[in-house]
Amino acid sequence: MALSIGQLLQKKSKTVLESWINIQLQDDGLKEELLSNQEIRKQSEEFLHSVISILKKEDSQNTESPEFEKAAEILTEISTSRAMQGYTPRETGVFVFGLKEAFLSVLEKEFKDSLVPYADSQKINKLIDALAILTFETFISSREEVILRQTSEISEISTPVIRVWDGILALPIIGTLDSARTQVVMENLLMKIVETESTIAILDISGVPAVDSLVAQHLIKTVSATRLMGAECIISGIRPEIAQTIVHLGIDLANINTKASLAHALRSAFMMLKLEVRKTVEKPKF
Amino acid sequence: MITLNKETIAIKREQDVVFFRNRVNEYAEKIKMGLVNKTKLLTAASELVRNMLIYAKEGKVICEIVTISALQTGIRLTFIDNGPGIADIDKAMTDGYTTGKSLGLGLPGAKRLVNIFDVKTVKGKGTTISITKWKNG
Repeated sequence: MALSIGQLLQKKSKTVLESWINIQLQDDGLKEELLSNQEIRKQSEEFLHSVISILKKEDSQNTESPEFEKAAEILTEISTSRAMQGYTPRETGVFVFGLKEAFLSVLEKEFKDSLVPYADSQKINKLIDALAILTFETFISSREEVILRQTSEISEISTPVIRVWDGILALPIIGTLDSARTQVVMENLLMKIVETESTIAILDISGVPAVDSLVAQHLIKTVSATRLMGAECIISGIRPEIAQTIVHLGIDLANINTKASLAHALRSAFMMLKLEVRKTVEKPKF
Repeated sequence: MITLNKETIAIKREQDVVFFRNRVNEYAEKIKMGLVNKTKLLTAASELVRNMLIYAKEGKVICEIVTISALQTGIRLTFIDNGPGIADIDKAMTDGYTTGKSLGLGLPGAKRLVNIFDVKTVKGKGTTISITKWKNG
């Protein structure tokens, strides 16, 4: 009796593994410095066995069988770790698609003159394709996770509140002010006002790329909240082109103390606190 | 008007706004638009793309570099969404009118910031807004 495809491949699993690893190593994109030969061998061997055990079953297309889940688990792990290490999707793709090539080339030798039965090659094709789709899904979702983590990290580090003088706080805003960001900025600022008993806060918007009506609205809200706390708010860093744009947009910032630069804002803050900065004159020595 | 360069950008999340604005910035730099005009265009674009996200949840923007003569080039942005549409366009174009919680300056403000402003809206079907800003003027 002829062996089923699963049994046949099980018998030839050594040959398949060798040819599969060769295919992986031959690909130009492989980063040898990131993944050693042994590691590839280990990952490949583990995955190969789980795939063959799927093929041995009658319902190899069933994606809910325990065998398939086992293979999916191994693949997810490999794909995630590769995404984290900065592999390109191509390199991860070669890993899965190389197996198809290895299977088919082994089968071709096995069947010698006659062609590989269509049903069998179709079976392998379908299975590997299903696994490949899974690989990309996990690959991309783990990349997105990295991006999300970075986004939250950036928004956390980019809203510092600096105490520049007794009673004067400065808050440089860099990047776009969206609702979530405004919330963080406002919270930090109000907390710091209480903490340091400051009476003047300078909001520097030189690092904000575009001031549209939403950003302006957020600024106005922050200023009103600061005033409710009994502190005065100065907005600095209004560039000429932004000033023109605000006027054309029709935003009314007349009630808000605005200055062109942080230095100007600081000077006016000193004036409000009746402080003076003077150059000391050295007395001539006789 | 001749179109020289065309690109479609999908807007689905708030993060897409930053990407979109950077693309428009690149286009403006490519045709050497001045700083003030560039800022005006970017601000108008920012207003409209925010409106799109708030009221229609998602949409797309077509960015084009257009020219009418050898001397005058500009950027045309077409904002297309399948949202609820604008119920009363005349009211929406007045300063301070809003159905949401904003300042109500987005649409009239954007109109003042650009050279050509064109709205087509069908209630329940969606809105298409096209703005053009010339390099000079």
